[in-house]
Amino acid sequence: MNLPAPRVSGPNLPRDEAAPAAADPASTAPPVEVHDMTVAYHRKPVLWDIDLILPEGKLVGVIGPNGAGKSTLLKAILGLVPMVSGRVEIYGRPYAESRRLVGYVPQRESVDWDFPVDALGVVEMGLYGRLGWFRRPGRAEREKAMGCLRQVGMADLARRQISQLSGGQQQRVFLARALAQEARIYFMDEPMAGVDAATEEAVIGILQELRSSGKTVVVVQHDLQTVPAYFDHVILLNLRLVAAGPTSEVFTAENLRHTYGGRLTILDEAAHAIERAYQPAPEDRKAEPPGPARPG
Amino acid sequence: MMAMAYSVSSPAPLAAAVGGFFDYNTTVVLAGTGLLGLVSGVIGSFAVLRRRALIGDALSHAALPGICLAFILTGQRHFTALLAGAFATGLLGVWTVSFLRRHTRTKEDAAIGIVLSVFFGVGIVLSRSIQSMSVEGSKAGLDNFIFGKTAGMLAEDVYATLAAAALIGVAVVVFYKEFKLVSFDSDFSTVQGWPTLLLDLVLMGLLALTAVVGLPAVGVVLMAALLIVPGAAARFWTDRLGPLLCLSGLFGFLTGIGGTLAGVVASDIWQVHLPAGPVIVLAGAAFFLLSMLAAPRRGVLARLLELLRLSRRVAEQNLLRTAYEMTEPHLPRRAPFGIDDLVRRRSWTEQEARRLVARAASRGHLVPAGPERVVLTTAGLERAAAVVRTHRLWELYLIEEAAIAVDHTDRDADRIEHILPPALVSRLEERLRATKRLPAAGPGIAAGIALDVGDIPPSPHRLEEGGGEEPKIEARR
Repeated sequence: MNLPAPRVSGPNLPRDEAAPAAADPASTAPPVEVHDMTVAYHRKPVLWDIDLILPEGKLVGVIGPNGAGKSTLLKAILGLVPMVSGRVEIYGRPYAESRRLVGYVPQRESVDWDFPVDALGVVEMGLYGRLGWFRRPGRAEREKAMGCLRQVGMADLARRQISQLSGGQQQRVFLARALAQEARIYFMDEPMAGVDAATEEAVIGILQELRSSGKTVVVVQHDLQTVPAYFDHVILLNLRLVAAGPTSEVFTAENLRHTYGGRLTILDEAAHAIERAYQPAPEDRKAEPPGPARPG
Repeated sequence: MMAMAYSVSSPAPLAAAVGGFFDYNTTVVLAGTGLLGLVSGVIGSFAVLRRRALIGDALSHAALPGICLAFILTGQRHFTALLAGAFATGLLGVWTVSFLRRHTRTKEDAAIGIVLSVFFGVGIVLSRSIQSMSVEGSKAGLDNFIFGKTAGMLAEDVYATLAAAALIGVAVVVFYKEFKLVSFDSDFSTVQGWPTLLLDLVLMGLLALTAVVGLPAVGVVLMAALLIVPGAAARFWTDRLGPLLCLSGLFGFLTGIGGTLAGVVASDIWQVHLPAGPVIVLAGAAFFLLSMLAAPRRGVLARLLELLRLSRRVAEQNLLRTAYEMTEPHLPRRAPFGIDDLVRRRSWTEQEARRLVARAASRGHLVPAGPERVVLTTAGLERAAAVVRTHRLWELYLIEEAAIAVDHTDRDADRIEHILPPALVSRLEERLRATKRLPAAGPGIAAGIALDVGDIPPSPHRLEEGGGEEPKIEARR
């Protein structure tokens, strides 16, 4: 595992907190800037020359077929997989210096849910970064974590061991843990994969709340049908970057064909989604700042 | 569980009692193995939780060549040197596993198998060569490191164990939160900025230290058991990390003491001299077996009981559903039906059907109505309608909406509102109502008021607030 940068002290370095560009909300640096990113597993490249700048305060969907490198893109940005070449900046600074601004929701399958911890305990982990070395979570942390669980509608299951939760509930626990991080930008790896309807509603509700409070949220998404309804901005990925931009401009049948190749069923699915989203008043859409139709 | 913990957990009186019974040597050994078990249990739990249990095995086997090399280099049985050698090659073994896994196509289990057997093989070759080459070598007793020999334990072994225990105790207390995070989700820990690799190395180093100080007593072959078994046994009793570590330490302590005592008894009374490692492992196995069977909730017996209860409840619900479906065409009249009707509609034998009917009668859901015939009571009809309603909603959901997900459909059928959003439940109910298949329950029907589909209010949530003629859904438990 590669560590972003050699460090001598804990994650709560006061220097981190005082880092001017990172802490300054008026900073004009974009939330994420990726230059020339190439990532390879065992000499086989999985991401080629990705160049990307993400806008602030948007819901960003990362879309692409299986094995397109969607998760890898997130992990490379976060320093979880090494890059062969390239550079990543979060709010104008290397990741190691701006990690306090970042919240993360990993794929649900990435941990052992039989671990002896309850839902509240997992959410408290989101606060460990702030606590720093040696300090244990206390009453204040517990209350904060409870608040985050309440936000995802899981307060009554706080004391339940995590393997006793359904898949969707586990996903919501992860989301609550990211909320506890109180980040400015969130990276979420398939938070809506294989979850029940109540969870999907809860998740998308939280995502929209985060956006309206000015946060940036980057979500790896598998289901194409919901893309125009959920995301302001999309990144179409298939080993290379196919297209990135406002959903209304980039989420087109042609771009999807470039991303998915000739897989017709998927294209049909997407075509329906596009139709549904933009049919009512295509002209009005253009006038509005980039953002798809959202019912309600 | 706690009662047992308290009755034996205080080591001071135990040591005193033991001191009275046994000679100095045995007391030293008991203190040593008890302490070793305690510390193995605590640090081994982390390995078990990280799914790295077998790493401990590779580690202890890989320590053998180090012991032999240290003997060759120093030319004598210098305790500290032997342990240092064991520590060095043990970690080399772990590093080799990780190297093979990362940089070749060898999978982790195969890598562990390779390292474990190759290092152990080298160790055996070295130890036999030493023993046949020189007089000191043949007297060094290196073979004792293979299966362990508690009788040979000296005060300095106990001090080494004590030092390791102190270090590990302090580390686990100080870095509890960090170890917990790294063990549960190392990626998240990295993203948050913790030096995950370093924390991992510290954990591994502590594991290696424990294994090494345990080698003289337990031996390289079975040391892993002392690291793995207490943690695995403790996992049956608790769902929380703190209690798990304490309990695992306690199990380890008792395993060490129990194994040693068993060994002493065997040699003093039956004159059978058993190697310490296997006896200690057997003591650990006893704890594991006990935990596996008797632990509440996670234990085998508890699970069997749970299964039995579930199948009873399913049978009860099936009976009520069948009864409701037979009653449904005659509503609002509650028509009696025969036991043979039940047998015809379900896969029950007549005997099973009778037993179920008797149980339902004792609950007040059914009452006899003539020979071989029964009828739903008011309470029975209400309960049956509630069960049928939930069941039909689930059925419809699975047929029409299940594209969303099905991983929660094995949930208790009584709580559809807890799992599906209210809007979806209303929509499903609407569809049931359209085909006149939405059961209404409550005092209304049972009292004989005609079942008019149009009277049923639209949302199930208003129903729960009760009142008036609105059908009431019974909340279970």
